[in-house]
Amino acid sequence: MSGTFVGMPAFPEAAREAVGNETLRGNLRHATHTIRAKREKAVTEVADWAELREAGKRIKDHTLRHLDRYLQQLEDSVTAAGGIVHWAADAAEANEIVTQLVKMTGESEVVKVKSMATQEIGLNEALEAEGIRAYETDLAELIVQLGKDRPSHILVPAIHRNRGEIRDIFTREMSEWGRPAPEGLTDTPAELAEAARLHLREKFLRAKVGISGANFMVAETGTLVVVESEGNGRMCLTLPETLISVVGIEKIVPTWRDLEVFLQTLPRSSTAERMNPYTSTWTGTTDGDGPSTFHLVLLDNGRTDTLADEVGRQALRCIRCSACLNVCPVYERAGGHAYGSVYPGPIGAILSPQLRGTQSEIDASLPYASSLCGACYEVCPVAIDIPEVLVHLRERVVQGGEVTREGNKVVLRPAKGHAAERAAMRAARWAFTHPAALRTGQRAASRTRRFHPRTLPGPGKAWSGSRDLPPVPAEPFRDWWQRTRGGKGGAE
Amino acid sequence: MRVALFLTCVNDTLYPDTGRAVVKLLTRLGVDVDFPMAQTCCGQAHYNTGYRHEAEPLARHFSDVFGEYEAIVTPSGSCGAMVRELYPRMGERARAEGRGDALAATLAPVVPKTYELTEFLVDVLGVTDVGAYYPHKVTYHPTCHGLRGLGLGDRPRRLLQAVKGLELAELPGADECCGFGGTFALKNADVSAAMGTDKVRNAESTGAEVLCAADNSCLMHIGGTMARLRTGMRPVHIAEILASTEEEPAV
Repeated sequence: MSGTFVGMPAFPEAAREAVGNETLRGNLRHATHTIRAKREKAVTEVADWAELREAGKRIKDHTLRHLDRYLQQLEDSVTAAGGIVHWAADAAEANEIVTQLVKMTGESEVVKVKSMATQEIGLNEALEAEGIRAYETDLAELIVQLGKDRPSHILVPAIHRNRGEIRDIFTREMSEWGRPAPEGLTDTPAELAEAARLHLREKFLRAKVGISGANFMVAETGTLVVVESEGNGRMCLTLPETLISVVGIEKIVPTWRDLEVFLQTLPRSSTAERMNPYTSTWTGTTDGDGPSTFHLVLLDNGRTDTLADEVGRQALRCIRCSACLNVCPVYERAGGHAYGSVYPGPIGAILSPQLRGTQSEIDASLPYASSLCGACYEVCPVAIDIPEVLVHLRERVVQGGEVTREGNKVVLRPAKGHAAERAAMRAARWAFTHPAALRTGQRAASRTRRFHPRTLPGPGKAWSGSRDLPPVPAEPFRDWWQRTRGGKGGAE
Repeated sequence: MRVALFLTCVNDTLYPDTGRAVVKLLTRLGVDVDFPMAQTCCGQAHYNTGYRHEAEPLARHFSDVFGEYEAIVTPSGSCGAMVRELYPRMGERARAEGRGDALAATLAPVVPKTYELTEFLVDVLGVTDVGAYYPHKVTYHPTCHGLRGLGLGDRPRRLLQAVKGLELAELPGADECCGFGGTFALKNADVSAAMGTDKVRNAESTGAEVLCAADNSCLMHIGGTMARLRTGMRPVHIAEILASTEEEPAV
């Protein structure tokens, strides 16, 4: 994945700042609760939601199981329709391909449709390094780009910003990038949207190259699909002469019939709409209509390795709806940036350590960025059992084991910093398989209860920093039971 | 009916009153309760922290201790979910790793016989009015593993609504996690505390004297936060409310 996040501190440290930021917490709370309630309503409207969810899961699983065959079919279909297919094993290769394609057009500016894949590979930075300027045209992405910020949500990248902050960013930054913000811009949504519209219109009409991702690729016809709310994506997809689409290999569905399922579940899960306002599809090239050159860059970047993991591969079913983010109590408090990845929230906590590996501090901490409450699994429209994968990845972090990296089996060592915890877990296992030892421990705790401190040292400090400890009772239950047999065997 | 009480290691050590309440309640309803002394821990903390291999001997031990009983009742949604949801998964994983069917075969018998307390009362004994008396204003927090892991649904609420004298207050954001999450409370202490604070503030807004749940681990976290924030509210396990009668009211 992108080098942008290298050196990020572990999740708990990154989250601490967000938890203490009242404005951020307020913005996040308001936004996530609003979307959450709307989604609930939109989903309840559909009588066969459970069946749709199961169908989505099955289609994705089937496709992933035969990914090689469907990718081959897609390549043939795209080529037959006049497109050109490129294969990229990793971020560097994908960036190199796209940069060369843009250079071949002789252009130094591109317009972009909001795309997770291009963020994942750090395409904008790669293009910038080669003197090519990429303009984000999705409203929220524009806010993030102008604010020299990072996206913090899959669907609502600027969810951490409120209207006042957005007005300030527009007023300060728009002139650097093109048409300045209108004089006396206020923070009303209509004025902010109009300022963005005028600013972006210039770019759409000038651009010769468009870059996009895709929500889906239909193998049978070689068709790509983008769903969006604003129509800015459609402008990028239809106006330029050259269109370059960078898409993760897991975005494929076999047929249009399969697509029908996701065009119902995606909008309801993400924006709580019955149907998204704009659904754009493009198949190769057509004379006199849309871009005359179309390139499809198929991105692996850790996906094949993830596919090799029996438990973790279900993360590849993800359709990036972000329902799991909006419902996650941890995301709500920690914010998207703390996850150190373009994929934040519960899905990011399982996807990033799989795509990038668990070696870095941030990636080793992500599987623990959850209380395992299960709300994410409940809302996931393709039934990804996120808690199951989190626990699976925790196992990888503390115990190491065999994983696939770049197509090869490698044995990982346990991540650093878990030695004391491992020792404690082993000691607890020993005590719990020796009931007499446990009992001795309980009795000792009861006997010394008057001397127990109100705060704890070491790892327990984090607990007693914000919570009072429960007092240890005078007698553990098992002693009472033995003495009284549940109130029958003696004096109580 | 001879039923084994699986009290859980946390309750045994820190919340013996919950255990006594379960015994009192079930005995009152005509159930013959046994407490197998060799019981320890279901292994959930190990499993959920990533130590599946350390959790396996604990699961085996659990099956050895409880395998012979007709039913196993536990006053903990999360330990109940560990047995019912995760023991089968442990068996599957052992099989997938080429270790044969031994673990799955050992664990399988206890899985369908393990019930969370409210589930046992409603589904097995078929009662919702357990003859309890508890003259307090109570709000109910459905813990995550009870709610989503076991699918307890409205069983606990139905039991509470039938309690004489009890006034049930709706908890805003009831379905949201309190932020305990086992080792999560230690590993992500700041986020955990923020979640706990919001849960307590929501509970306070109901004007209830008591916050009740079917899991003492969550109550330990919520109660510890309540004490620190000086709310004056008390955390009480649902078993203690259901065991309380006019003759012997809970304090």
